[in-house]
Amino acid sequence: MTTATAPRAARIGAFAPALLLLAVFFAGPLIWAVYSAFTDVALTGSADVNFIGADNFVTMWNDAQFWNSLWLTLVFVVGSAVIGQNTLGLLIALLLRGRNPVARGLVSGLVISAWTVPEVVAGFCWYSYLHRDGTLNGILGWGGLDQNWLYTTPMLAVILANVWRGTAFSMLVYQAALNDVPPELHEAAAVDGASAWQRLRSVTLPLIRRSIVTNLMLITLQTLAAFGLIYVMTKGGPGTKSSTTPIYMYQESFQFYQLGYGTAMALVLLVIGAIFSLIYVRLIKVDNL
Amino acid sequence: MRPKLVLAALTALTLTVASAGCGGSDSGGDDDKTITVAYQKFGTFIQLDQQLQDVKKEYEAAHAGYTVELVPIEASENDYYTKLSLMNRSPKTAPDVMYEDTFLINTDIQAGFLAPIDEYLNGWADWAQFTDAAKAAGKAQDGKTYGVPMGTDTRALWYDKTVFAKAGIAEPWEPKSWDDVLAAARTIKQKVPGVTPLNVYSGKGAGEGATMQGFEMLLYGTKHTLYDDAQKKWIVQSKGFTDALTFIKTIFDEKLAPDPQDALDPNWGTKVNTELFPTGKLGISLDGSWVSSTWIDSGSKPWPDWSKKLGYAAMPTQTGEAPGKTSMSGGWLLSVGANAGDKKASFDFVSTMLNKENTLKYDIAAGQIAERKDVAADPRYLESNPSLEFFTDLVEVTHFRPAYPDYPNVSNAIQVAMEAVMTGQAPVDEAAKTFAEQVTSAVGGPDKVTSAS
Repeated sequence: MTTATAPRAARIGAFAPALLLLAVFFAGPLIWAVYSAFTDVALTGSADVNFIGADNFVTMWNDAQFWNSLWLTLVFVVGSAVIGQNTLGLLIALLLRGRNPVARGLVSGLVISAWTVPEVVAGFCWYSYLHRDGTLNGILGWGGLDQNWLYTTPMLAVILANVWRGTAFSMLVYQAALNDVPPELHEAAAVDGASAWQRLRSVTLPLIRRSIVTNLMLITLQTLAAFGLIYVMTKGGPGTKSSTTPIYMYQESFQFYQLGYGTAMALVLLVIGAIFSLIYVRLIKVDNL
Repeated sequence: MRPKLVLAALTALTLTVASAGCGGSDSGGDDDKTITVAYQKFGTFIQLDQQLQDVKKEYEAAHAGYTVELVPIEASENDYYTKLSLMNRSPKTAPDVMYEDTFLINTDIQAGFLAPIDEYLNGWADWAQFTDAAKAAGKAQDGKTYGVPMGTDTRALWYDKTVFAKAGIAEPWEPKSWDDVLAAARTIKQKVPGVTPLNVYSGKGAGEGATMQGFEMLLYGTKHTLYDDAQKKWIVQSKGFTDALTFIKTIFDEKLAPDPQDALDPNWGTKVNTELFPTGKLGISLDGSWVSSTWIDSGSKPWPDWSKKLGYAAMPTQTGEAPGKTSMSGGWLLSVGANAGDKKASFDFVSTMLNKENTLKYDIAAGQIAERKDVAADPRYLESNPSLEFFTDLVEVTHFRPAYPDYPNVSNAIQVAMEAVMTGQAPVDEAAKTFAEQVTSAVGGPDKVTSAS
C-alpha cells in the first residue's frame, strides 16, 4: 500500500524544485509585467505606483506613433523573416543538396559564421558597411550612388542586416528536413517526366511542410522581438522611420521614463506573437489531417 | 532514502538560490564604510573623473576606515540619466553620492532617490560662500536642500575668426537678431566652401544638449517660454515655439547647419569640438561656456591657439527685443542618496569635493562658472580662461529651465519635434501639434497645459 503512494508523492515532490524555479524566474517576471502594464509605474519622478486600469491601452490606441511602430514591426517581420530568411535559407539548402562536400562546407560555413556573430557586433558591422563613410560607399563612390544608406533607406538596411544574420538558422532547419526526403521519390518523379520545378512543388515541398511551419514560427517570434540590431544600426531613426515596437517601447520606458506604458506595449507584442504562433500551429494541425 | 535526500538537498538549494535572487531590502551589499560615488564620464567630459580620483585619495587620507568607490557611468547624457535612475531603483545598487543635473533634481526627489542635507549644510561654514542662486538650485519644492552646486554655465555663439575673415564679416561680430545670425551663416556658405556655417544641436542624438543649447536658446529669445509660472501650467502652444522650430527648419533646409545624419549622431558634440573647430571646418556654433575646457592642457583635445582663433558673441533675441541678448543656465550638483548607509560620511565627501580649493580646480578644468564667491574672486580663477569674463557676464540675461518633475518628458518631446523638422519628416505645425499632444498626455491632461500668444 505504502509502496504505491510513496513513489507518487516522491514523483510530485521531485517536480517541486523545478516548479519553484519556474515560478520564480518564469512566471514571476511575466506576472509582474502584466501587473505593471495596468499601472503608471515610472523610472523616476514618482515614488508611488497607482493602478490605472486600462489607461495605458487607451493611450496606445490613440497613439499614432505606436501604430506606426506596429506597422514597421510587421514590415520588418515579413520582410526579413518570412520572406528573407525563410526563402533564402530554403534556396541555399536546396542548391547545396548533393553538391560536393567541399563546396557544401564552404558555403554553409560562411552562412553560419554570420549567425554566430553576436547581435551587437553584427549591427556594428552593418553600420560601418552602410554608413556614409562606409565600405559600400567606398565601392559605389565613383558611380555617384554613395549616400548614407542608414539614413536614406533605414528599413531596408535593417531588413538586409537581419536576413544576413538569420538565414543560417533557416538553412540548417531545411538542410535537416531535406535529408529526410527519400531520393527514390525524386527519381520516380523524374522517370515520370516531372521537371525540376514540378518535383520541388509536388514532392519536396509537401514533404517538408511541417519543417517550414516550425521554422516560420521560430523565426517570426525571434524577429518580432529584435532590438539590438536595429538599435545599434539606426536607434530607430532618422526620426521614427525605423522605430519598430521594441525600439519605441525602449524609448518610452527608459528615455521618457514611462515604464508602465512600455510594459503595456510589451504585452501587446506578446499577444501578437501568440496570434502568429496560433496561426502556424493551426497550419501544422491541418497538415496532419 | 537516497532519492529523498537528493530531493531535500535540491529543494534547499533552490530556496537558497531563490531567496538570494530576491535580495534583502536593506543595504546588504555595500557596508556603511564604503561610499559609492556615481557620475558621468563620456566623450570630452573627463575632468570630473580626473578630479574625483584625487578627491578620493584626499578623503580616504582624512577619514581613516572609509573607502570611496568611484562608479563612472560611461554613457551619453540621456543614457546617463537612465542608468542612474535604474541604479537608484534598488537600494542595493543606489549610490551614496551622485552627480545630478539641476533639471532632474525635482524628478528624482519626487521619486524618493535623494536625501535632504539641510542639517549638514548648517554645520558647514563654507555654505555661506555660495551665491543665493546657487543655494536655490538644490532647493526642492518642499523647501529642503538636496544638493550642493558645483558650478554653473551659460551659452552663446562661438565663431571662427579665420572663417569670418574669409567671408568678409567684420569683427567683433555682434548679431542683433536671428536674421543677423542667419545672414552671417548664409555669407559663410556662399564665400567659404567646405565649412559648415552654423551648428545648432538638434534631435534626440544630442539629448538635453539639443533642448537647451539648441531649442531653448531660441525659444527664450522670443516672447514665450515653456512654463507659465502664474498659472502653473506648461505652455504647449505659442508663436515663439513655432518660430524656434521654423529657425531649425530654415538652417537645415538651407544646409547652413550640418547634415542631419551627422547632427543626429550621439557623438556629434564631441566631433564639433575636437575635430571641426580645431581644423577650421566650422563657422559658428551655439554652445556652452564650458567647451573651452576641451582645449586646455588637461582637456581631451588640447588646442593652445583656441583663444586666438575663436571669438564669442551673445545669442541675440529674436528681433532684438530688450535686453537684446539671451542665455540659458544649468549646472550640476552633488547629492546624497536616500539609501546612503552613512549620510554624514557621504556629505563629508561632497563637502571635500566642493571645498574652495577643489571647486576652484574643478571650475577651471571643466570650464564652469563659479558659484562660490571666494572662488569667483580668486585671481587664479579669473586668469585661467580669457572667455570666462564674457560668459560670466551673460548670467545677467540668463534663464533657467523649469526644473519640475515633468521637465524631462517635455525636453524629450522637444527633441522629437526638432528631429521631425530637421529631417523633413513633418512640417513645423505638425511637429508642434505632436509636441502639444505628447506633452499634454505626459504631464497629466489638458488642465495642466496652456497656450500663449
